Amino acid sequence: MTWDEMFPMLLESTGQTAEMVLWSTLFTVLLGLPLGVALVATDRGGLFPSAVLNRVLGLVVNLGRSLPFIILMIAVIPFTRLIVGTTIGTIAAVVPLTLGAAPFFARLVETALREVGRDKVQAAQAMGAGRATIVGKVLLPEAMPGLIAGLTVTVVALISYSAMAGAIGGGGLGDLAIRYGYQRFETTLMIVTVVVLVAVVQLVQSLGDTVARRLARD
Amino acid sequence: MIDVSGLRKVYQDRGREVVAVDGVDLHVREGEIYGVLGQSGAGKSTLLRCVNLLERPTSGTVSVAGQELTSLAERDLRKARQRIGMIHQHFALLSSRTVAGNVAFPLEVMGTAKAERARRTAELLELVGLADKAGAYPAQLSGGQKQRVGIARALAGSPPVLLSDEATSALDPGTTQSILALLKSLNRELGLTILLITHEMHVVKSICDSVAVMRDGLVEESGTIPELISRPGSRLAAELFPLPEPEPGNVTITFTGQAGEPVVSQVVRKFDVDVNILGGALEEVAGVSTGRLRLLVTGDERAAALSYLAERGLLVEEAR
Ligand SMILES: Nc1ncnc2c1ncn2[C@@H]1O[C@H](COP(=O)(O)OP(=O)(O)O)[C@@H](O)[C@H]1O
Ligand SMILES: [Mg+2]
Repeated sequence: MTWDEMFPMLLESTGQTAEMVLWSTLFTVLLGLPLGVALVATDRGGLFPSAVLNRVLGLVVNLGRSLPFIILMIAVIPFTRLIVGTTIGTIAAVVPLTLGAAPFFARLVETALREVGRDKVQAAQAMGAGRATIVGKVLLPEAMPGLIAGLTVTVVALISYSAMAGAIGGGGLGDLAIRYGYQRFETTLMIVTVVVLVAVVQLVQSLGDTVARRLARD
Repeated sequence: MIDVSGLRKVYQDRGREVVAVDGVDLHVREGEIYGVLGQSGAGKSTLLRCVNLLERPTSGTVSVAGQELTSLAERDLRKARQRIGMIHQHFALLSSRTVAGNVAFPLEVMGTAKAERARRTAELLELVGLADKAGAYPAQLSGGQKQRVGIARALAGSPPVLLSDEATSALDPGTTQSILALLKSLNRELGLTILLITHEMHVVKSICDSVAVMRDGLVEESGTIPELISRPGSRLAAELFPLPEPEPGNVTITFTGQAGEPVVSQVVRKFDVDVNILGGALEEVAGVSTGRLRLLVTGDERAAALSYLAERGLLVEEAR
């Protein structure tokens, strides 16, 4: 296979991977961030303590995290069909990707929020701040470097998951590597694909590190 | 200004009951600096946190500036807290905000308009001497500067009352003195009532008008400092002026404010006694020169000499 043949394929696959990862990152944040906040808030001594809710949320998150992604992917097929209308294509892959990454991200959010000193929360309470203000103006801004670091890890995980999702019809770089590189012995294409993946992961990681470092003020 | 009565706080700690505050009454008058002194674990922080209801008392009532806080609903309590400033041992500043941003935070909570926030923030930073640090982040400040930001933040809503939880315990002695001086001047100039807790006697000595000594969740003694010092058997007095264990027959005299008078030489001149000074300590307490002397008084007119001292307003204690 010549470079001229490979290039359009690589471009298309990279686009598909980007599409899968960006959409699933968006939904992972929309789902995982509130979940992480809820895990911290419902805990003993939290802003909204509720032992029952805390246990239920913890269980849901652990279930999502302990399921191997490949199994989750297949298990949610009926659900995917229900909300996307199809189980094939990059958009359909966003559903299992989000469900796989959101619990993972929620735990990282939880960890980052717990790093915020209790005394800061209490100082805000002493000023008469309500719960929403404390979450929005104390917990989240103070945890921002940790949240960005968690998001970076999550995006990297999503890139790797997206390669798997590609194998069941999502397309993308992983799909390309498997179909041409592995099944048709196009070793060069496989190597190039892997190099692109590594480069993308590096890029994401260093971008995340830079942003987290710039936000950290202590 | 602050009235605490019958306050009890019992924690449930892994099935065990921990009585942190065991029935405390506290009356802080308007415009005074009231210190609660006690060792670690005495229940001071719990008591203070019950005053603005960061902890809900197990029983008892708390009122601040005439408003009973213990009976307020959540929403009204939040409003009331905006009228009670608080400063913390480890400053509790938001590291993601600048100095100005930290001071403006309580104003945001109160819903103050942006222009007014900026004006008030500048004014507060001026007040605590940090006008040039408005754009700095807390990590770039020294401990003393951080506590100044904490004080500016606590005063943002012009509260009549300030609560201080070991505000100088994380600071070195020199910085401690400058923060205490700032608190004293805020007390004088703004008429700010301050309730502070500390485990350090010198904080009490430096700025407090009244003090409560706390141990095991209970107030052991309380009152104005001159009252306490001239109260027989006061543990506070003994701690303020450590003297060696008295021998039987030794006399300890305590004076507050009469230090200028040469009482000892007067006694020797007026009565047929010999006076030997065994030990003594003199301190400036709450702006009043105060001291204790351990004396050995011998001679025929010993009894008359001692009653003369007592008549002059000195506390005279005889060891048996
Ligand atoms: N949240 C809590 N849960 C259980 N016990 C507590 C809690 N807070 C304080 N205590 C206990 O209450 C007692 C008084 O603590 P504290 O008020 O912090 O004392 P101080 O400030 O004088 O050092 C201690 O025995 C402490 O262990
Ligand atoms: Mg304490």
